[in-house]
Amino acid sequence: MSIIKWRPGRSGYRFDPFSEMQRLQREMHRIYNSLTGTWEASRPAGVYPHLNITEDEDNYYVRAELPGVDPEDIEITAQDNDLIINGERKIPVEGENVSYHRREREAGSFRRITSLPTHIETSKVAAVCKNGLLTITLPKAPEVKARQIEVKPT
Amino acid sequence: MSDKELQVRGKQELESEGERTKPGPVFVPAVDIFESESEITLLADMPGVASENVSIDLHENQLTVSGEVEPLTSEKEEYLLQEFETGTFHRQFTLSDRIDQSAITATVKDGVLRLVLPKAEKAKPRKIEVKAG
Repeated sequence: MSIIKWRPGRSGYRFDPFSEMQRLQREMHRIYNSLTGTWEASRPAGVYPHLNITEDEDNYYVRAELPGVDPEDIEITAQDNDLIINGERKIPVEGENVSYHRREREAGSFRRITSLPTHIETSKVAAVCKNGLLTITLPKAPEVKARQIEVKPT
Repeated sequence: MSDKELQVRGKQELESEGERTKPGPVFVPAVDIFESESEITLLADMPGVASENVSIDLHENQLTVSGEVEPLTSEKEEYLLQEFETGTFHRQFTLSDRIDQSAITATVKDGVLRLVLPKAEKAKPRKIEVKAG
């Protein structure tokens, strides 16, 4: 191991505590993810809607909060291991003689694409939207499921 | 399809006002409030809240709306990605008009609470007779 002399103020060797901290944080994140097996950093994407993805032995579950979205206005496409959620949130006009005190809810269209770690059985994907909560169940493809092999007595 | 694209906004967590008996995060629902001549209507986004889990309380002029959510996942599931958390929705308003408490109606559809608060008949102006002394 060679020793590099630290010279403050010289270009190329400036010690920047912030970038050093960021580097450490990235490194920790990477180690944490490799330990927990998270294939994607759990940092929210800047796209509507936010998603939660879970898995059990047989399925992946993708959930999104879509309050006020008519289930008929949601379109879901699954291909290989990609999932596309398209839709529109409509907010109807409320009479003519009303005055608004607060208007925090927004209308508009949305499109979110996400990838799952393995292939899915696209023909068996099911989606339910209940109380503004969308749950998509995506069965894992048979070839990726862990198979238990029985040892037969001879 | 409308031209406007929905922007993602993280759920706003409520700064605790006193400790709650039930642990877990508390979120502030986004609301629309509008008023017509006869009533005030409140719309609140509460995804995952079933109609039986909404509670509405009007005390004096203080209106409290809250909603409980069921756990999102079963025990067997493991998280791969978590972009949102779920928890209780809670928000409080002070109303300026007198409300006819008996005529309040509330409905929940697709995770949106619609609360209609009919205004009470305005107290009639009282005539004060000035007697000749």
